[in-house]
Amino acid sequence: MRVPLQRVAHIRAGDKGNTSNISVIAYDLALFPVLEEQLTVAAVLARYGERVAGPATRYVVSPLGAMNFVLQGALGGGVSRTLSQDNFGKALGSALLDIELEVDDALVPLLRGPA
Amino acid sequence: MTLRIGSGAAWWADRISPARRNAEEGDLDYLCFETMAEATVSVAQVRRVSDPNFPGYDTYLDDRFEAVLPGCLRRGTKIISNQGWVNPIGAAERIVEHLQKLGASGKKVAAITGNEITDRLFTVTDTILETGEPVSSLDPASLVSAEVYLGAEPIVDALRAGADIVVTGRVADPSLFLAPMIYEYGWALDDWARLGQGSGIGHLMECGAQVTGGYFADPGFKDVPRPWDLAFPIAEVESDGTAVLAKVAGSGGLISRDTVLEQLFYEVHDPANYLTPDVTVDFTTADIVEVGPDRMRISAIGGKQRSSTLKVSIGTREGYIGEDTFYYAGLGALRRAELAREILVHRFDEIGLQAEAVQIDFLGVNAIHGSASPTDWPEPYEVGVRVVARTQTAAEAAKIGREVDGMAVSGVGMTAKRVPHADRTRAVVGVWSSLVDRTAVGYDVTMLES
Repeated sequence: MRVPLQRVAHIRAGDKGNTSNISVIAYDLALFPVLEEQLTVAAVLARYGERVAGPATRYVVSPLGAMNFVLQGALGGGVSRTLSQDNFGKALGSALLDIELEVDDALVPLLRGPA
Repeated sequence: MTLRIGSGAAWWADRISPARRNAEEGDLDYLCFETMAEATVSVAQVRRVSDPNFPGYDTYLDDRFEAVLPGCLRRGTKIISNQGWVNPIGAAERIVEHLQKLGASGKKVAAITGNEITDRLFTVTDTILETGEPVSSLDPASLVSAEVYLGAEPIVDALRAGADIVVTGRVADPSLFLAPMIYEYGWALDDWARLGQGSGIGHLMECGAQVTGGYFADPGFKDVPRPWDLAFPIAEVESDGTAVLAKVAGSGGLISRDTVLEQLFYEVHDPANYLTPDVTVDFTTADIVEVGPDRMRISAIGGKQRSSTLKVSIGTREGYIGEDTFYYAGLGALRRAELAREILVHRFDEIGLQAEAVQIDFLGVNAIHGSASPTDWPEPYEVGVRVVARTQTAAEAAKIGREVDGMAVSGVGMTAKRVPHADRTRAVVGVWSSLVDRTAVGYDVTMLES
């Protein structure tokens, strides 16, 4: 079934200069292959569109069920220069929550939150 | 033996009461404060010029020390803090005054200085990391300050010299927590495995409540018990750096695999190569085990030889930002906001606004995710119109607020606007990074006594 990423994984964003890093952590290790296969750099950049200039890198840490996206050109020039209300990009990661992922029925019991 | 290290602050404006609680109830050997952001030094330097009463250190230093000193003195807890900002010696003098006020004589307060390299910037650095341009391309007239991120070593020196309290300027955040581990357990400064594990624990600690349930809750997905009563974390560190992350009994919040993992990646780029002045940390091997309620045992974080360079943070004056906001509500709110935007675009043209960039956001629609916001969502009941521009001069920046003023009686129907207003114009201090060879940087330890 197709579900929003919010049910599969949780997210935290951090800032350094004009770069935002967004970690995506599976709620269960068994869900991680779904992220690894479907939450590609291309999928993430497509979700952000012009909001993130890029380039972007994905670091995968399978034993921890986590991946870390490093998005350059994501903070409007950096915390002090940006015109954005969210100058640290603290809520930037939440844009990924509505990305739809295909999840095998067998994994559905591991999903979080309301169906 | 277990070394008990607590967090006292994760940033300048952090809550004070959890620091007091750690000092009173945490049974701590060390209490560590992280109060600096990337632009703190430059902003402090700019303020020093305009405000002769600004002491150059953490503006909450008095509040923090009044809160924690009684508990720390009773328990014998040592304090390590980067509240010195651009004036660590001034901060140390002020801390001595606080000690004397409490009748605590003979306490040693160390100030670490030497990491400011503003005068030498153009001779000891090469490249701006963000742009690849040479540092020499920066306008010297715009340069505010440049400072090196020091590591744990100067703090260890101060502890070896008998300091009860160590106050620093710019130090890498994890180093504040690593220093007591090195000092208490006698780790060598090239014991990369232990330094890696210890720095990893420092990294998990340095953002305070972000590992105890803060910056975490998402109702229905990630719930946090009593999130109004979060504690700052305590690391119970063993001699090999393995640590249990814990918090004071009776506090709200939680420490779980999920909170630890979110913080593990926070502000990290390559998780196998997290550069600090002390060691290159490898988080990918971390072992995270729950050993009790709100108790997570962290081990097997790796370490590799440290880099031969240190990070330099450079602050430059880059003009001004002008900003103001007004609001609409009820049926047709978004249409009125769109008309208001059209009026402002015409007005800025009319007055010949000189701006590098102008942005008009709709709060409630697209102010946070910008162009990545969906356009097919239901109309919001309320919309804020946020107008912001970056300019070369303060006078141009002030025009943003002045034009928004005009929207009160010359704008769209049913416009809500808060008057009086404040702080609609601010100076921009841009931050750049570079590297400096670590042999080009020294430091000094100045010891005061109460």
